[in-house]
Amino acid sequence: MAIVFEPTKGLTTKPFHYCPGCCHGIIHRLIAETMVEMDLLESAVGVASVGCTYNSYEYFSNDMVQASHGRAPAVATGIKRNLKDHVVFTYQGDGDLASIGTAEIIHAAARGEKITVFFVNNAVYGMTSGQMAPTTLLGQVTTTSPFGRDQSYQGYPINVSELLSNLTGSAYIERVCVTDFKNIQNAKQAIKKAFQVQQNNIGFSMVEFLSTCPTNWGKEPLPAMDWLKENMIKQYPLGCYKGNDLVFDADGKYVSGTRPVDNAGVNVAEVKK
Amino acid sequence: MAQKRVLMKGNEVIAEAAIRAGCRNYFGYPITPQTEVMHYMAKKMVQIGGNFVQAESEVSAINMVYGAASAGFRVLTSSSSPGISLKQEGISYIAGAELPAVVVNIVRAGPGLGGIQPAQGDYFQATKGGGHGDYRNIVIAPASVQELYELVVEAFNLADKYRMCVMILGDGTLGQMMEPVAFRDEETIETVAKPWAAAGRNGESDHHTITSIYIDPDVLEGKNLELQAKYDVVKANEVRYEAIGLEDAEIVITAFSTCSRISRNVIRQAAELGIKVGMIRPITLWPFPYEIISKTADMPNVKAFLDVELNAGQMIEDVRLGCAGKKPCYFHGRLGGNLPTQKEILDKIVAIHEGKMTQGGNF
Repeated sequence: MAIVFEPTKGLTTKPFHYCPGCCHGIIHRLIAETMVEMDLLESAVGVASVGCTYNSYEYFSNDMVQASHGRAPAVATGIKRNLKDHVVFTYQGDGDLASIGTAEIIHAAARGEKITVFFVNNAVYGMTSGQMAPTTLLGQVTTTSPFGRDQSYQGYPINVSELLSNLTGSAYIERVCVTDFKNIQNAKQAIKKAFQVQQNNIGFSMVEFLSTCPTNWGKEPLPAMDWLKENMIKQYPLGCYKGNDLVFDADGKYVSGTRPVDNAGVNVAEVKK
Repeated sequence: MAQKRVLMKGNEVIAEAAIRAGCRNYFGYPITPQTEVMHYMAKKMVQIGGNFVQAESEVSAINMVYGAASAGFRVLTSSSSPGISLKQEGISYIAGAELPAVVVNIVRAGPGLGGIQPAQGDYFQATKGGGHGDYRNIVIAPASVQELYELVVEAFNLADKYRMCVMILGDGTLGQMMEPVAFRDEETIETVAKPWAAAGRNGESDHHTITSIYIDPDVLEGKNLELQAKYDVVKANEVRYEAIGLEDAEIVITAFSTCSRISRNVIRQAAELGIKVGMIRPITLWPFPYEIISKTADMPNVKAFLDVELNAGQMIEDVRLGCAGKKPCYFHGRLGGNLPTQKEILDKIVAIHEGKMTQGGNF
């Protein structure tokens, strides 16, 4: 019998511990499939972070390093500087990346570190049971904003993609979601492009995935998807924030488009004098 | 062995020794009084095709160390006390994930921002933990610029051999002083295979994973017991110290690094007064040379110990453990970045000799 569908070789056989309706499973699979399609499994090194994805180092079947909270971009820097021909990526949640890891993510992007960051934003701390995250929406109820996030008391959400796209060193930043087939296909294209940006040494690349957290949002899986579409996208519009014009050929080689070096505005050789 | 000697600053020798040991990775953040390590690396790593990153913080620097070590590469970071405090979390993860790394602490006076003058107030932090959890670092205390060279090279070998963090504990005096140093013509780099490294599967059937998380208590207990068994091997094999004149010593000084250099002169001055003084200089602060302290305490000629440190009395707790109450242990320390004079130490020796010192009366 012909095989019409099988698990991707980019994932191990270890069962996921993620809750029903959580987007991590879809995002994992998309990254894993892309690694297989781009023949990266034998060389890529991933960095898992802290939070719900702490165990992702056991799910991806390429080499994986588990990092401490927020530090994945620094760990990835230490790896990438030595393994310049390998794709190196981090997989981080919004508490990890946008709160405790703000210094690491901003400076990795500013250095134009040739790494790819997969940033999963579900507007809440998942693993530690539903606390307010930097990305929590105004009015959103969490265990530490029990009356809803009030801007006069708890400040405003951080839009990470917009923030990082302002740094010269970032080459490609795109925000996607995985709520339906069309968006899933877009997300996969974004993953591929982010890896290509890295393979061509163009600069820092990041894909932000809007994601659900049914458990901590207190919603069934499908209503959670609806809530994401109705509320999160208003605060976090989908789209490409940097490097939209980057084009690669069928072999993945850079063809055209604006790179950080094109944006820098100075000639390094001139400055050195 | 090359006989040609060059005059170099301690901090620069740390960097040069690391390069000679095959280290091609330096990640750091500026802090006085160790920044010359960074300056040296910033230039040299570019010239030899290594990696130098000035990180955004000590926290990031130690995590870059974690990354490079995870991929199987020799790696160095250096800092001074407040910066080392920031690195402790990363050092705990390095211990948990069993990664080889070398961390240099050129200690300055604390607590808090403290001062920038030499101190040994980080002895507890270096030898008793520092970060969270049950772990150990090998802690080495060189006493000269020549020894910095020898022991930094050795630190890389030990780190690889045991998959541990090795800390070089110096102080502002050692880092800033210039002394002649003789480098070997060629370094024998002990290359250890690292089949565990996460540097790509490269055809292997299973992926490599570097981690320190074990949610199951039984698995984590087992992991901890493995670590402890490894530490027992280190304790059995890697204790280093220098012993001077113990055979007829009446009073034995215990001192490491800078304090041992000051104390060395006091031995001669005491002899002129007819007092026989010996010295035990721990070179590894962990594993600590308890056995020689214990044996020395058993010697009938030895009447007392005098521990000299640039702190309020930290290593003396280990000296007393080794001594196990067999002989009195006295202390002399200076704080705030000050150094004891030879006369201060000699006065304490004379006071002990005349029975005028009390234990615990430190200052």
